[in-house]
Amino acid sequence: MSSDGSSTPSAAIEFVDVVALIGSFPALAGVTMRIERGEIVLLRGPNGAGKTTLLRLCAGLLPVERGTARVLELDLTIDRDSVRRRVGLIGHTNGSYPDLTVTENVRFWGRTIGATDDEVASAMERMKIDGRLADVPVSRLSAGQRRRTALASLIARRAQLWLLDEPHAGLDAEGRDELDAVLRAAAAAGATIVVASHELERAGSLATRQIEVVAGQTREVGGGS
Amino acid sequence: MNVSSTFRVARLIAAKDLRVEWRSRVVTNQVLPFAVLVMVLFAFALDSDAVLERVAPGLVWLATIFSVLFLVARTYAVETADGALDALRSAGVDPMGIFLGKTAALAAQLLVLEALLVSAAVILYRADPTPSGTVLLVTTALVATVGLASVGTLYGGLAAGVKGRETLLPLLLLPVVAPVLIGATRATESAFRTNGIAVSEGWPWLGLLAVFAAIFSVVGAVAFGSLIDE
Repeated sequence: MSSDGSSTPSAAIEFVDVVALIGSFPALAGVTMRIERGEIVLLRGPNGAGKTTLLRLCAGLLPVERGTARVLELDLTIDRDSVRRRVGLIGHTNGSYPDLTVTENVRFWGRTIGATDDEVASAMERMKIDGRLADVPVSRLSAGQRRRTALASLIARRAQLWLLDEPHAGLDAEGRDELDAVLRAAAAAGATIVVASHELERAGSLATRQIEVVAGQTREVGGGS
Repeated sequence: MNVSSTFRVARLIAAKDLRVEWRSRVVTNQVLPFAVLVMVLFAFALDSDAVLERVAPGLVWLATIFSVLFLVARTYAVETADGALDALRSAGVDPMGIFLGKTAALAAQLLVLEALLVSAAVILYRADPTPSGTVLLVTTALVATVGLASVGTLYGGLAAGVKGRETLLPLLLLPVVAPVLIGATRATESAFRTNGIAVSEGWPWLGLLAVFAAIFSVVGAVAFGSLIDE
C-alpha cells in the first residue's frame, strides 16, 4: 500500500523534474524517473553525464535544489538523514577497515543500526563470506571478496536500496560472475538495485531495465537483456 | 537527537578504532617510540641536568603535542584508506556519535602516551613529583587529554577530505592547542616542583584546560556532522 492509501505499490525512487547543483553547476537538470521496488536498473551514459551525481542524490548526499524527489517513500527535500539510513551506496571504495576481519567489518556496520549477531551471520552467509573467510583480515582478500564484504555490510544494516557505482571495476571474470549472482539473489530477496556502469554488456545483462543519463537528464532506453 | 543511539554509536566507533590500532600496532610500534625518541633527543641537545629538570614539563607536553599530530593523522588514515568515512556519512551514522567515539579512542591512546612520556621525564630528566604533585599531574593529564582529543578529532575531520592534509593538519592544529601547551606545562611544573613552585600553584591552570576541553568537546560534537558532510 502506498502512502496515499492507494493499492499501487510505492516506488523505490520517484523523481519529477529534479535539479541538483554541484557548486553552482546544475549536475542534474530536470531528472524525471521512477524505479520500482525489486528492480535492477542500469544507469548508463558517458563520463560526466551525471550518473554518480544521480546515485549520490538518491543516497541523500546532495540536496535537491528543485523538483519532487521521493526515495523509499521519504521526501528527499526534508528527510535526507532517514533516507541515508535505508540506502546503501558503494562507490569506487568499499568502506571497509582493512585491518579488521570480515566478520568484524560486517558486524561493525550491522551494529550501527542495532543489527543482531544472527542478522550479521545471515548477511555473511548470503554473500558467501562465512566459513574460512570469516576471520581473514579484509586487507588479505581479493577485490571480489572485498566487494562481497561491502555488500554483506549493506545487508547487515538492512539497506533497502543499493546504489552501486561501477561495481564490476577491478574484478576478474570469476569475481564479476559472483557479484552478478549475489545481486540477482538480493533483488529476488526484495532489494532494489541501481547500478551505474560503463560496462554495458556485463551490467546490461544483469539489469531488468536501463536508463540513460545524458547532460544531467535521463531517458528510458528499454529493458535489460 | 537520540542520546542512547548517540552513545551506542560512540562506543561502537571507539571500540572499532582501538581494535584497529591493536591489530595494526602502528601506535605502539611507531608513535610511542617516536615520542620517547623526542625526549631522548631533547636530553642529548640540552645536555645539562639542571636545564633538563627546569624544562622537563614543557618537553613532556611538546612531545605529547607532536605525537598528537601522528595519532590524529593515523585515526583518519584508517577511515579514508577504503572510503569508510564516506561510508559512515552516507549510511547516516550519527555524526555526534562518530565524534565522541573517535575522541574517546584518541584520548585512550593519548593517556598511554602521556604515561610513557612522564615516565621518561622521571627517568631521563630526574623529575620527581610528590604524592600531591602526582594527583595534580594525573588530573592535568586527564583534562588536557580531553581537550587535545576533542580538538584533534575536530580538526582531523576538517583536514580528512582535503588535499595535502598531512601538512595542513599541523598548521591548523598547533596554533589552536597553544593554550593546552601553556596550561598543562604550568600545572606540570607545579607537579614536578620545578624551580621550587608549590603544587598548589598548579591547580588554577586546570581552569584554562577545562574551559578549552569544554569548548572543543561541545563545538566538536555539534559541528562534526557539517564538517564531514558536503
